[in-house]
Amino acid sequence: MPDARRSMLDAFARRHRLHVLEGLPWGVAIAAYFAFPDYLALGAQILAVIIFALSVDLVLGYAGIVTLGQAAFFGTGAYTAGILAANGWGEPLTGLLAAGAMAGAIGLLSGAIILRTSGLTLLMQTLVVAAMLYEAANKGGRITGGSDGLQGMDVWPILGKFRFDMFGHTAYLYCLAVLAVAWIAVRALVHSAFGRSLTGIRENVTRMHAIGAPVDRRKLVVYTVSAVLAGVSGGLIAQTTQFVGLGVLSLERSGTILIMLIIGGVGQLYGAFIGVPLYMIAQDRFSTIDPTYWYFWIGLFMVLMVVFAPGGVLGFFTRRRARRDKP
Amino acid sequence: MSAGLETQGLYKSFGALAVANAIDFRLERGARHALIGPNGAGKTSFVNLVTGALRPGAGRILLGGEDVTSLPQAARVKRGLVRTFQINALFRRLSVLENVTLAIAERDGVAEDFVRPAGRHRAVIEEAFALLERLGLAEEALRPVSELAYGRQRMTEIAVALGLAPKVLLLDEPAAGVPSGETATIVDLIERLPSEISVLIIEHDMELVFRLARRITVLVQGSVLVEGTPREIADDPRVRQVYLGERRHA
Repeated sequence: MPDARRSMLDAFARRHRLHVLEGLPWGVAIAAYFAFPDYLALGAQILAVIIFALSVDLVLGYAGIVTLGQAAFFGTGAYTAGILAANGWGEPLTGLLAAGAMAGAIGLLSGAIILRTSGLTLLMQTLVVAAMLYEAANKGGRITGGSDGLQGMDVWPILGKFRFDMFGHTAYLYCLAVLAVAWIAVRALVHSAFGRSLTGIRENVTRMHAIGAPVDRRKLVVYTVSAVLAGVSGGLIAQTTQFVGLGVLSLERSGTILIMLIIGGVGQLYGAFIGVPLYMIAQDRFSTIDPTYWYFWIGLFMVLMVVFAPGGVLGFFTRRRARRDKP
Repeated sequence: MSAGLETQGLYKSFGALAVANAIDFRLERGARHALIGPNGAGKTSFVNLVTGALRPGAGRILLGGEDVTSLPQAARVKRGLVRTFQINALFRRLSVLENVTLAIAERDGVAEDFVRPAGRHRAVIEEAFALLERLGLAEEALRPVSELAYGRQRMTEIAVALGLAPKVLLLDEPAAGVPSGETATIVDLIERLPSEISVLIIEHDMELVFRLARRITVLVQGSVLVEGTPREIADDPRVRQVYLGERRHA
């Protein structure tokens, strides 16, 4: 019995250990670099948007904070990196740090106010924050370019060496490297004791209060971290496409990232890695095959998804495994 | 010596309804005390006021002599004031062990660590499991709470509370909804609680109250009607009228 007990506790304590399957996304990403040289620009975008989806998963999937305004942080990051590069500072890494910091500051400030609410009220508040920033960017045309978008970005070579090329080689590897760093950070966070307490907040907030957890502070911390990630993602998109339009702050942006995450699976870390490529590749294909009505096919795809795999792709597999393991 | 828990003139109203009307209450250290009263007497409101889930309109709450009236809920838990819920409030999709681990991690301040994996805090997990072994829940440690029989869930509720190392433990109807066959295990568990913990049981079930409590306070319409030993309460005509009598009709 003591032995059985020991191995059981060991297993419980080792849930953060890397699983072989966790290497899969990286294998695919590297293979794709060699297999699809003509699609690296799209690939780079996908990798950058995965970071955005991770940021949503952190607040929605782990802490249970429902948000429809994540574009606020994505857009802040994109404009920060973009405005720096358009005004004589095109160094990409510091630009990215600035993008994350600025978005984090907005996250901290807005979170301190709106996280007092919950449920639908909170949902509306997140929407409002994004809408306010959207209008600010629209009106501040002299700095942001307004509805014409931000022109004239000049992004310098990475580390002074690797120039962004028109095929997207540099962009792809740059985004992959940043995604790897983001993934390591998010993975550590969700497996930490802090991360587990976030799961507690999602599962039962009353109980978290009753065990003496400073729930509001925890939420604010994770909301800010998530904003930083979204900002970095926006900064990456701005730097690699060399353009920022108002769309980065739009409700549509907040909505589609939610859809991508839901397709992949919420609250499981890897939903982002599945949902984003699936959605963005489908979007790319559908819009080539049927340029006028491609949104219809996306919609149909979503309906089928909700009917046949309500927990997203990951949810589908976990349920199948659960059924198989049942005696 | 100061009481484990004390309220002075505790008052709270919702509109015209006073759910706590100047309640003076003392829970002695190491007490086994029951709070009873008919439905709507304000028992649960009293618990919510004491734990800090509700803000009182007036009055003071003292924990071990310290005024905690203006402290938030989390700070009171840190000082040893712990409650269980009448309806299970657990992390249903998480395992029993995880439920208790989360509580102990909070108590130890480990939960603030956002860098190292949770599993590295081995002492927390060991302590949680040892607690489950002591309560006879070790077999179910890795099962999700939602899969447990209701009585076992009630015990998990108490395990989580004990994981917080309470000085004062408020048990809100610990046996509510438990099939009569399993009640004995829970009563047994409460009887075996360490004697230094001051226990207040909020209960409907008279049999349970008379078995566990050495003092009883009767609450009616937000006010203390009477307080005494179980014998005094059982013999009190007013209590018979408002409470025991009512039960007989029900």
